Amino acid sequence: MAPAEMKTVLAAHPFFDGLPEKYIDLLSKLAFEVRFEQDEIIFREGDPSSLFYLILSGKVALEMGAPGRQIIIQTLEAGDELGWSSLLENTSKQFRARCLEPVRALAFDGARVVNLCEEDHEFGFHIMRRALALVAERLRATRLQVLDVYSPKGVRGK
Amino acid sequence: MSTAASAAPPLSRAVMEPVPVRIASVSRETHDTFTLTVTPPPGDPVSAFEPGQFSMLYCFGVGELPISISGDPAVRETLTYTIRSVGQVTYQLVTRRPGDFIGVRGPFGSSWPLKEARGKSVLIVAGGIGLAPLRPAIYSILRHRGDYNRLVILYGSRSPRDLLYRREFEAWSLLPDTQALCTVDYGGVSWRGHVGVVTTLFRHVRLQPQETVAMICGPEIMMRYAARELEARGLPPAQIYLSMERNMKCGAGFCGHCQMGPWFVCKHGPVFAWPEIRPYIDLYEL
Repeated sequence: MAPAEMKTVLAAHPFFDGLPEKYIDLLSKLAFEVRFEQDEIIFREGDPSSLFYLILSGKVALEMGAPGRQIIIQTLEAGDELGWSSLLENTSKQFRARCLEPVRALAFDGARVVNLCEEDHEFGFHIMRRALALVAERLRATRLQVLDVYSPKGVRGK
Repeated sequence: MSTAASAAPPLSRAVMEPVPVRIASVSRETHDTFTLTVTPPPGDPVSAFEPGQFSMLYCFGVGELPISISGDPAVRETLTYTIRSVGQVTYQLVTRRPGDFIGVRGPFGSSWPLKEARGKSVLIVAGGIGLAPLRPAIYSILRHRGDYNRLVILYGSRSPRDLLYRREFEAWSLLPDTQALCTVDYGGVSWRGHVGVVTTLFRHVRLQPQETVAMICGPEIMMRYAARELEARGLPPAQIYLSMERNMKCGAGFCGHCQMGPWFVCKHGPVFAWPEIRPYIDLYEL
């Protein structure tokens, strides 16, 4: 992807909505395009967290192993983020990420992004605020999911 | 007292007297949910309903329950109900056979704001069996498609095997100016669709919030989350409508079993504008 196109794509992604242009420039130097085939595993449960992805097209399933089977707990699509734990230090993946469709994404080395956050705290504030909003959104959704609201035996349903 | 949702029409018959209706068909939707079609006497007001209204269905000798009407309001010869078998009365209703009789009272309650939504886009947000009370609104919008802008239908369910009206939903997703997305809370590895709660679909929808009317029906917790999320995304609160469920008994605001703050859900609801119901929806005492 050409540098100018990279900046345009980054600026248009919901995760970087409102980010100052100078930081879009900075991130465009870190980002690189990746592609995955259908059913390809992006990462596995227990892998060290390394890359943070912005999905541009396709669909990814986050799966968790249960005895004798895999359960899809969430799907991510264009406009979604994958691998936020790579923005933290010394973490490992909690889920397996498998492509349900061919996927195109922008990837960042999480450690390099964290280093930049350390060097420039204003940049770090912008990134961590977005990461926190993302984690909060995922937490809200997960809480609702585990309530099992559609079950007649669970929380009162319609 | 009045509601922003379309008010119930005046009751023109003895509201406590069930009309015997013959069951025309019972079809299985999912492992625990069935659609019942009944044939009321020709011209009987029991069949003249607005989308969002409900009937009281009486299984003789067993009991009576409020059930939303899930069929096409333009079809007056039959009434359709989608029922999840979760208790004695619902089990007895869904195990009736064609030709059997049940009793019907109604229709009762307020309806979805289809007139107010004209000229705007409509966002339907359904959870679980909450798609059933919204289906008449979808039929009505599709029948008068030129009166509305975009139609977006978002549907969340527990798992793929719990999805209602699958063929119909797929047909809706192929219509022009219509976006129909479904999601499940838990999917097996063979499921290629969306997984996550229904609110996670909001970010995949492009709508002008000020020009959109939202109609939400599902478990109460899901509706609260959805209404708050839509408000945060810029939908004016007065353009967000919810269908509430309480312990409806008489259907006409006489008995008080379904009281929620100043409202009787059977009479002033079940469809409420979000600002009307928001002060009471968080009170666990209600």
